[in-house]
Amino acid sequence: MKDDHGVFRSRFTVWLYLSPTILILAVFIFYPAWKSIILGFYRSNLFLGTRTFIGLENFRNLFTGILSPGFIQVMVQTVLFSTLVVLFGLSFSLFLAVQANKNVKGAKVYRMLLIWPFALSPAIAATIYLFMFNPEVGIVNTVFDALFGMRPRWLDSPVLAFFLVVAASVWKNIGYNIVFYLASLQSIPKTPLEAASIDGASRFQSFKMVMFPLLSPTTFFLLFTNLTFSFFDSFAIIDVLTKGGPIGPAPFFDNEGITTTLMYKVYLDGFGGSSNMGFAASEALVMMSIVAIFTFLQFRFLAKRVHYEG
Amino acid sequence: MNRKEPVWVHIILITASFFICFPLIFALIKSTQQLSVVTSASLIPGKEFFNNFKVVWNDYNLGRYIRNSLWISVWVASGKIVLSLLASHALVFYRFRGKSLIFGFIVITLMFPTEILILGLFELVSNQGASSLVQLIQWMFNPVEFFFAPTKYGFGWGDSTIGIIVPFLASATGVFLFRQHFLSIPKALADSARIDGANSFQFLTRIIIPMSKNTIGALALIQFVYVWDQYIWPRIIIRRSANQVVQVGLNMIVATGESVQWGQVMCATVIAIVPPLLVFALLYRAFMNGYALSSDK
Repeated sequence: MKDDHGVFRSRFTVWLYLSPTILILAVFIFYPAWKSIILGFYRSNLFLGTRTFIGLENFRNLFTGILSPGFIQVMVQTVLFSTLVVLFGLSFSLFLAVQANKNVKGAKVYRMLLIWPFALSPAIAATIYLFMFNPEVGIVNTVFDALFGMRPRWLDSPVLAFFLVVAASVWKNIGYNIVFYLASLQSIPKTPLEAASIDGASRFQSFKMVMFPLLSPTTFFLLFTNLTFSFFDSFAIIDVLTKGGPIGPAPFFDNEGITTTLMYKVYLDGFGGSSNMGFAASEALVMMSIVAIFTFLQFRFLAKRVHYEG
Repeated sequence: MNRKEPVWVHIILITASFFICFPLIFALIKSTQQLSVVTSASLIPGKEFFNNFKVVWNDYNLGRYIRNSLWISVWVASGKIVLSLLASHALVFYRFRGKSLIFGFIVITLMFPTEILILGLFELVSNQGASSLVQLIQWMFNPVEFFFAPTKYGFGWGDSTIGIIVPFLASATGVFLFRQHFLSIPKALADSARIDGANSFQFLTRIIIPMSKNTIGALALIQFVYVWDQYIWPRIIIRRSANQVVQVGLNMIVATGESVQWGQVMCATVIAIVPPLLVFALLYRAFMNGYALSSDK
């Protein structure tokens, strides 16, 4: 290690400090992770308790046979969903953080109003949305009815349901993003911005050429946390709002519910009606690989940054 | 940058604040209205909050769910803090072989969020334990069975809160944050403490911990909110509603009865927001100083 603070030495005590953490991580993360992979090579039913070794069959079934169209559809939906959540989430929050960081009256109040959804859980966000967008008694449709004379079926029309889940996710996550953008905006030194304005740069130019590059570490950090969010934390939003449904339009989107993401499908396949845990495990392995790639990229990026600074 | 900002900045901020805050204000108002008004568009606060509160708290088990969630969140958050303090103390202030290896072992767990592990973790946590020690040892020392077949014996914690607490007591994020913070403490401090005759535990409790208040506060906030918001794992591992956490319990409140009592449901959501909001208000400053503003995340 490069920063060596090691002043204490001992063969024994040091392991006393480390063993609780190592033990918990080994038993409850490494072992289950390994066993999830192993499960992918078995046909295993949760309720029947059966388990047969079937080699690579589960993995073959992802891409050929009757189970594969559902998997492919869900992969496409997951990519689309994550892209939209990250794109809208980051651009809205960056824009709002820049506004709230300006020297306006009541900036502190605005900041509090904008960041509080940080303390909101996905399940609660979704429950409130469930009521607001209820087709019969929700306030959104009451307003729509009064203004346009229509009551859209937010939760069972495929396109609307998909975008509603995206909107709920963006809303839930916006506070978190704004917190980090604000923190990083406040730590930007004033001099480069003043220099830019003296040199006659317009506001937009100085944002694009000076501020945005200075914010890029935060943007990268948020890119990864938002991706993780759209992968995993969206589960509760989907479960409360749509339960993965409704079935999308034929010919491509009619195998699974349109709001079923990869995570939701793992849950449905493993613990839902068919409780095909082996097949779910093979899907989880796909998810694990994607997360591994992202984590690797993130660490490489961090390493580079440290290099630049040092 | 002291030029005065134009009005449109206010307009943007007010509009955004409205859209961001409206759902919560809406939930707040609806939780106070009486049955006949709840499903209308009216946004005039009523006087029914305490009646709704009484009904959801007692009849719909909300009290039970909140207590379960608090119990779990407090245990997990404090467990994570204590365990990470101990581990990073060893990783920074001790000199021993295999240090980088251990740090790598801990940090790599960031790649395995709970959600990815649910299948393997479910078997390990919910399967019944072996009926005798001999059986357990036989299984553990049979590498083919222990490592290459679906898990046979587990902890038998299905349906209990302990199954949501114990697996989450350690934290790579915590170790990472504390290590980063400890490395910013001058080494001379540790040297002088040792020369003055403090042992490593005294050094940790009397010098390091008081110097780490912001990081501890930040971690407490992150972990409390993280655990409070947990959804998928309790949804799978808890079957009996008496042991359920509030996030999943909300679903059951929606599903209770023939038609959804939205006023009571909104009342439940409002109450479920309070604990994390309190923790947030309490630890906001520590969070900003100890986490959001630190250059390493």
